[in-house]
Amino acid sequence: MSIGQTFLGLLEASPRHGYELKRVYDERFGQGRPLHYGQVYSTLARLLKSGLVSVDGVEPGAGPERKRYAITEAGVTDVRRWLAQPEKPDAYLQNTLYAKVVLGLLTGRDAADILDVQRAEHLRLMRTLTRRKADGDLADQLICDFALFHLEADLRWLELTAARLDQLATTLASTTPAPQAGPAAAQAGPAAPQGGPPAAQAGTAARRGGSTGREVSA
Amino acid sequence: MSTEEQPLLAAVALHKAYGATPALDGASLAIRAGEVVAVMGPSGSGKSTLLHCLAGIVRPDAGAVRYRDRELSAMPDAERSALRRGEFGFVFQFGQLVPELTCLENVALPLRLAGVRRREAERRAAEWLARLEVTDVAGQRPGGVSGGQGQRVAVARALVTAPRVIFADEPTGALDSLNGEQVMRLLTGAAREAGAAVVLVTHEPRVAAYADREIVVRDGRTRETVLADR
Repeated sequence: MSIGQTFLGLLEASPRHGYELKRVYDERFGQGRPLHYGQVYSTLARLLKSGLVSVDGVEPGAGPERKRYAITEAGVTDVRRWLAQPEKPDAYLQNTLYAKVVLGLLTGRDAADILDVQRAEHLRLMRTLTRRKADGDLADQLICDFALFHLEADLRWLELTAARLDQLATTLASTTPAPQAGPAAAQAGPAAPQGGPPAAQAGTAARRGGSTGREVSA
Repeated sequence: MSTEEQPLLAAVALHKAYGATPALDGASLAIRAGEVVAVMGPSGSGKSTLLHCLAGIVRPDAGAVRYRDRELSAMPDAERSALRRGEFGFVFQFGQLVPELTCLENVALPLRLAGVRRREAERRAAEWLARLEVTDVAGQRPGGVSGGQGQRVAVARALVTAPRVIFADEPTGALDSLNGEQVMRLLTGAAREAGAAVVLVTHEPRVAAYADREIVVRDGRTRETVLADR
């Protein structure tokens, strides 16, 4: 989440001091991870430098920073653009899990276990969020719901993948390049690896190739 | 194992086949008093058959179902039916309310069947309708209420006899997100307050998240993943 643009949005609502911005940000968006004062003032310095905010007034006081900040027209334009732009969906978790499942199959492990453990972890977080929702106000509920729907999407993917493990193992085996694909493999010849784990045939075959994961994910 | 640790309801190595198709292939689980357990799994995995065996609706081909100190799978039908009426409550995907009765009469029905006088049964039914936030549909027939309201009436009917176990089979399957959430909040909230255990069959993770833990059924077998730092 962009702190700068969130600050701009808060300043568009009303001019504020730096410490006030931090307090509102932490309350509304902090989710238990409050901003450091260093982050607050470096962000404000950056926004000031790029002309998105201006100093609206300076008050005398004991603290080091008593400036009041206001958004500029350029800042309002920036907020408008940011709000209108969709966020990039985060697909990194799936990439990691996908890699684990493929590696599980390739190394002869029970890939269903990997998915089960991940499901249990996802559900544990979902239970925590569901409890937090029950105790919270509407804002809490909406924020938790957002996370819950995303976690549910991950779980659907886990279920679908669990149902397709056999198919995936077969695909991994059938898309494994022949040993002569690389110079080292050509020298080693087509012999099956020895002394490895009792991998399923598909996994063993797939393990002989180096680029299986890439081909499947393409 | 002390008495407190004894499960309220347990299934041990259940097998059940419908013709040549196996539905359960060695499923086992144990549920403690007052616990909410989600039974998850893909369609056709055997989770509904497991619920039906646990509730004494279906007799397993092999294995045992124990409720407290009694073996459900060995009980005569009449005794099992009496147990179901007295100690178990049921919520299904589609409320399965009696269409000719009003919502209040539907909720009072299990009490009437248990011999409670009409006025008292309807007084208690009205309390449960209020608890489930559907007092306003008391006089209406099920055909005239929304899906979410109908499910809340069904939950009230399941709870009115103060059961020890509530069996809920996809209770939100026919509802949208908001209504499903309200039904789950009220169902689990009321069950926890009443100290009733809930066996919740669902394939929806957001519904399962209302439970204390989950058991996954796959190919007729149960799997429970207990994470290390619990």
